[in-house]
Amino acid sequence: MKMKPLAKFYTVLVMVFLFAPIVILLVFSFNEAKSLSVFSGFSFYWYRELFRDSDTLGAVRNTLLLAVSASLLSTVMGTAAAVGIFKLRSKYLRTIMDTVTNIPMINPDIITGISLMLMFVFVGRLFGAATSLSFWTMLIAHITFCLPYVILQVLPKLQQMDKSLPEAAQDLGCTPLRAFFKVEIPEILPGIVTGLIMAFTLSLDDFVISYFTAGNGFQTLPIRIYNMTKKTVTPKMYALATIIFFVILILLMISNLFDSESAETVRKAKEKKSKKMKENTK
Amino acid sequence: MKKLIPILLLTAMLCAILLTGCGGKDTLTLNVYNWGEYISDGSEDSFDTIREFEKWYEAEYGQKLKVNYDTYASNEDMYNKLSTGAVSYDVVIPSDYMIARMAAENMLLPLDYSNIPNYEYIDESFRGLYYDPDNVYTVPYTYGVVGIIYNANVVDEADAVDWDLMWNSKYAGNIVQFNNSRDAFATAQYKLGLDVNSTDHANWDAALAELKTQAPLIKSYVMDEIYNMMESGEAAVGAYYAGDYFTMLDAQSDSVDLRFYYPERTNYFVDAMCIPSSCQHKELAEIFINYMLSEEPAIANAEYIYYASPNALVYESADYAEELGEEAMEILYPGIENFSELYNEYAYRNLDAETLDYVNTLWEELKIA
Repeated sequence: MKMKPLAKFYTVLVMVFLFAPIVILLVFSFNEAKSLSVFSGFSFYWYRELFRDSDTLGAVRNTLLLAVSASLLSTVMGTAAAVGIFKLRSKYLRTIMDTVTNIPMINPDIITGISLMLMFVFVGRLFGAATSLSFWTMLIAHITFCLPYVILQVLPKLQQMDKSLPEAAQDLGCTPLRAFFKVEIPEILPGIVTGLIMAFTLSLDDFVISYFTAGNGFQTLPIRIYNMTKKTVTPKMYALATIIFFVILILLMISNLFDSESAETVRKAKEKKSKKMKENTK
Repeated sequence: MKKLIPILLLTAMLCAILLTGCGGKDTLTLNVYNWGEYISDGSEDSFDTIREFEKWYEAEYGQKLKVNYDTYASNEDMYNKLSTGAVSYDVVIPSDYMIARMAAENMLLPLDYSNIPNYEYIDESFRGLYYDPDNVYTVPYTYGVVGIIYNANVVDEADAVDWDLMWNSKYAGNIVQFNNSRDAFATAQYKLGLDVNSTDHANWDAALAELKTQAPLIKSYVMDEIYNMMESGEAAVGAYYAGDYFTMLDAQSDSVDLRFYYPERTNYFVDAMCIPSSCQHKELAEIFINYMLSEEPAIANAEYIYYASPNALVYESADYAEELGEEAMEILYPGIENFSELYNEYAYRNLDAETLDYVNTLWEELKIA
């Protein structure tokens, strides 16, 4: 398809706005000097500095630990919740559940953050703890805001699934549990994987909720970078951002590859099915 | 492949949790809460204060120690976190006005100065300042003075006098002003010789009138952006802290020639180490504060932060003076004999809510106009 000049121009404009900031960051992460206005020479200096900064690396480790745990736990809980909601008979109840799970998603982060913090402090005081915020409270907070996204990804897959599939499996002698793991899970797997990836990225870049629920000795990367504003942010952070950008890019490419592969297999399977049906009708 | 991903993630998570879990029971923990980028942290071959303290402590007391070092971005952030009681820290380093507020709200513990023998190196002129008149709660860490920075390639040397440079119409469109009400109003108040802590509305009205005459000359109202704007030559005149001027000087582009001077009346600040009431290891916190005052860490921190130090071990050190250079020493330490006098007269204090409200309405009026 050929693009009209105006459409071309528009596309380029959008691309520039989307990627120019990242390109600038990328270029200046290789700057020899500290300045953001003068590029004095190519060097890996800031990358070396980054890998020597144990506090920043500690914050990266904290962030990853939190993102991995929160995304895995919320994926398991979210999938279970989606299956539960899907199996609800009453339409009325189902609508209520949908609304309830959507609230944390629509709620502004700052309200979720403050209310979670207040709750943790309240419960902590109830048990007489000296400090109520820790890694665990942060984990609970992250699971809370990741859950609805997982449910939102899994539920449609359940609805798309042919309902007679698990029934057929049970007819053929599977226990309900076995049918669930052998038939339903593979059917909704793309939804689960997308949910997992979404939860992971959401947890990774969350600032507001983490900010309110961060406790002693456990600060994540976004908080650490934000706190550098008394002085200027050092170019070490440009280096770190560049690395994160490329890691995310690679992850995205892998997940897209994975997606298109599974879409391909689904398409092929459907073609086969329709061919067979045609043959059968002949 | 499909099964591999979750399994990998799960093992990664378990490993990570196990790693964080093993702190060891006989390890002491000290929780320190400081501004971001406000300690020498080992980057660019500097002294790694926290790690060195852990090592020093173990060698001295035969006990393992782990320092949890967290950072905050503003006094208000720190205050909010502490006042909910959700976290507990052993050492914090707030600015003067916040110390006064925390002391008034019983959020600070009195220090046992016998555990902090190095306090003797703190110059007399930094004791008994308004935020802690009886020297009960604080050990000063850094101090700073606001001055005017200009690009000598644009600005005529003869025009660089007092606050007038920031009102000089020759440099219209080249001047940047603070983008927060307190600092911006203070520039006008210092220029006019008014009290920056006044509760008198007429005082603030006069300052507003002065800012309004300046408004057409202003390129923009900035905070952190001032670094890049001054370094690149995009702006030629602005006020900021002396220590930050050197950060800009380090990164200025070839076409820019930054200079610095102090106006007659200007703002002073002190950041000081305190022990908040949530502290769990008070003696350990005092040992840490004392360590921060000893020669090597104190000099390393002063070199890293680039703010002036009230510690005689620092400003009398020949190595430090050599590292900074003559010009920087002159600018950072412009004679501190009468510091407490100047400080108590010109530094910001907490304004009452009514005045703050009034100032904010005036500020909005200025920004809208």
